[in-house]
Amino acid sequence: MLKVFWAFVKKEWYHIIRDKRTLLILFGMPIAQVLLFGFAISTEFKGARIDVLDQARDDTSQQLIAHLQSSGHFELNRLLTSEDEMESGFKEGSTKLVVVIPENFGANLYSGQPVDIQFVADGSDPNNANTLVQYATTMLNEFQKDQSASTENPFQIQVENRMLYNPQLDSAYTFVPGTIALILLIVCAMLTSLTIAREKELGTMEILLVSPLPPLLIILGKVAPYALLAFLDAILILVLGNFVFKVPVLGSVTLLLFCCLLYVVVGLSLGTLISTRSSSQQQAMMASLMGLMMPSLILSGFIFPLSSMPGVLELIGQIIPATYFIEILKGVMLRGVGLRFVYHEILILLIMVLVLLLLTWKNFKVRLQ
Amino acid sequence: MSAITINNISKSYGDVLALNRVSFNVAKGELFGLIGPDGAGKSTLFRILTTLLLADEGEGYVVGHHVVNEYKEIRKKVGYMPGRFSLYQDLSVEENLSFFATIFGTTIQENYDLVKDIYVQLEPFRTRPAGKLSGGMKQKLALCCALIHRPEVLFLDEPTTGVDAVSRVEFWDMLQKLKQKGIAILVSTPYMDEATRCDCIALIQKGGILSINSPQQLIDDFRRPLFAIKTSATYRMLKALRNANFTASALPFGENIHLITTSKMTPKEVKEHLDELNIPVEEVTAITATIEDVFLELSTLKEPIKE
Repeated sequence: MLKVFWAFVKKEWYHIIRDKRTLLILFGMPIAQVLLFGFAISTEFKGARIDVLDQARDDTSQQLIAHLQSSGHFELNRLLTSEDEMESGFKEGSTKLVVVIPENFGANLYSGQPVDIQFVADGSDPNNANTLVQYATTMLNEFQKDQSASTENPFQIQVENRMLYNPQLDSAYTFVPGTIALILLIVCAMLTSLTIAREKELGTMEILLVSPLPPLLIILGKVAPYALLAFLDAILILVLGNFVFKVPVLGSVTLLLFCCLLYVVVGLSLGTLISTRSSSQQQAMMASLMGLMMPSLILSGFIFPLSSMPGVLELIGQIIPATYFIEILKGVMLRGVGLRFVYHEILILLIMVLVLLLLTWKNFKVRLQ
Repeated sequence: MSAITINNISKSYGDVLALNRVSFNVAKGELFGLIGPDGAGKSTLFRILTTLLLADEGEGYVVGHHVVNEYKEIRKKVGYMPGRFSLYQDLSVEENLSFFATIFGTTIQENYDLVKDIYVQLEPFRTRPAGKLSGGMKQKLALCCALIHRPEVLFLDEPTTGVDAVSRVEFWDMLQKLKQKGIAILVSTPYMDEATRCDCIALIQKGGILSINSPQQLIDDFRRPLFAIKTSATYRMLKALRNANFTASALPFGENIHLITTSKMTPKEVKEHLDELNIPVEEVTAITATIEDVFLELSTLKEPIKE
């Protein structure tokens, strides 16, 4: 029996290494995805061009403008002379933010009068506008703090932010766990469902069924190589994340790999379940793309936080394995927590495995119909 | 004990009746042909016998095992070659064969004597991917893979479809040799000319068996006067013949028309009748029937051909 299993694994191995597309998905995709997420999707920015409408034209306003540019995040584009000019920069696309400094800025600031600084941003690009306004506000607060220190104003509330576990608010910290969850799902669920569906499509499943092989062995023999490759992919992404983007693994590596293994089993049982329900590769592909990839990308809390979604979507998010796996990864990798803090998620994944295996068992056919 | 026994097997897909109360028997070491056009239900019957499909009605036994209750036993003892080429295209000839040997718990060496005659022809292409073989070679490899575990019954579903004429003859020669080794073979084909190479054939049409007998007996039983008519105006001749009172059936057959008359006639008499119709006739000869004539005759009897 073991010999048969090895023959199966060997055959599957030949399929994988002789198919360039599979190889590309296996190794090209994780690398490309990590690098793309890492370099292209970044919330940081540098040298955003701003316009300033300086109605005060005093020393303090000059200091503020200089201060805004000091961090390198902002770069002065134009000094406006009237309110009518404010919109033109947005329309041309030459500016992202307009800062309006009111008259008597310096005098009012030092005498404790209310001062209204206005930020005008381009709302057609809400994410960007938000980030710019946030940065500018932070810099303005800093400026005020500096100025008031010199005038000794005692009535101040100081806010100090500290981002625990990710002090730089580095986006790599969220996409490395997210990418691991996605890639493992693609390799385990999509590729295995495709390879089983291919046997059906090419008619080889007919021959395999008309042989003394127990169905369980057919499935195990087919998924085993993918389990191993998925595992390698997980390690590849962790290493890439660590060396290229400095994403740490603070918790126990053993626990982390155990959770990866558990998630791999979830993915494989999803893949085999899909393959029992689809008779062609195209069907399997559609089912795994629409039924697994899309929800896992959007509803798992990878990109958008789950808690801010409407009820139904949140509910769907809660039955997606990736949701829990990403939680575990973030906990173990970034917060360095142990089993005690993630056992809840692990338990849910275990239950999912049991349910999925049961469904696969029920759906597997020893005949063609 | 016979190799295959089936009793009144019926199967339908929705409203379409694919098999209608089919029964026959295949003895050990017999080469049994299932002859009929595409869509006659041949593949469905193969899948029922190889335990891949469940029949709606009727019973089937393969090497004494019930096709539904004892499907696991049957799967150990039969070799199956589906209608479509179903080997791993990206695996080489050798890899395919050794994979199938292993999953049946044997090795190529152990049963080499059985496949030797076929495998020597494949030997030069040992390392070539199966997908890059010619049609004839593919079928030989598929036969090797179905044989490698020394099955008691071999199911070959249209093994010669899409194969060149020379390879077809070779393929049938191989089946004769296998038969001598005591393997029962159920083979289906849409080519009527291959029927004579079987020990026994079942003519099948629209899911129903028309007749079961040895090919020679089927031909001998055909006692109706049969003529081949050669003409340059086939269509006009066919139309005229079908309206003539001496015609039992007239069917196009290659470049000729095969005519069955209602009463005994000589070719000369037929020619005279035809001349009266005023259609050019080149030649009229009395011929012995082929399996195709038998098939057409039987299928027209069951279902009159309309104009």
